[in-house]
Amino acid sequence: MTLTKAELADLLFEQVGLNKREAKDMVEGFFEEIRTALERGDSVKLSGFGNFQLRDKPQRPGRNPKTGEEIPITARRVVTFHASQKLKAAVEQLSDASKQP
Amino acid sequence: MTKSELIAQLAERFPQLVAKDADYAVKMILDAMTDALARGDRIEIRGFGSFALNYRPPRTGRNPKSGEKVLVPEKYVPHFKAGKELRERVDLGGS
Repeated sequence: MTLTKAELADLLFEQVGLNKREAKDMVEGFFEEIRTALERGDSVKLSGFGNFQLRDKPQRPGRNPKTGEEIPITARRVVTFHASQKLKAAVEQLSDASKQP
Repeated sequence: MTKSELIAQLAERFPQLVAKDADYAVKMILDAMTDALARGDRIEIRGFGSFALNYRPPRTGRNPKSGEKVLVPEKYVPHFKAGKELRERVDLGGS
């Protein structure tokens, strides 16, 4: 099973009592607000879940794995996610093989 | 941006809803995401990214204070991979 926006919207429809349109827009809005904050250069801290942070990576040498040709990997800004202690603890116990992802 | 700021932004975005709905919705979304990962499920949000679990095999570590060897059991750790749209928007925002 994979959790997607559709399941999240269903949940808001069933549990929060939003109508289908509102539930879908709320889920879209949730992720859009996070994207907008990150795009602005803000980090996003969701207590109990985790933090989305930005890292500025300098240019580094790279290689086209097919041709072996050297091409620089340009400097870029990337998003990193750090799970909260609570989220880490929630997934840590998942050690029995039957539940292996 | 914190969780309460995110809730305030969403409440502003949906003036037809009561503020409590945004609060409840955010908590419900985060709980559902936590539960999915705790079950071993993946999360895939198109345009945002995916969350999955990475396996960490058991290893022997050391208690840094006493130098004593301790067995660190296997575990899973959450991993996020940014989706294309998020990756591109964040990178452009930085330039």
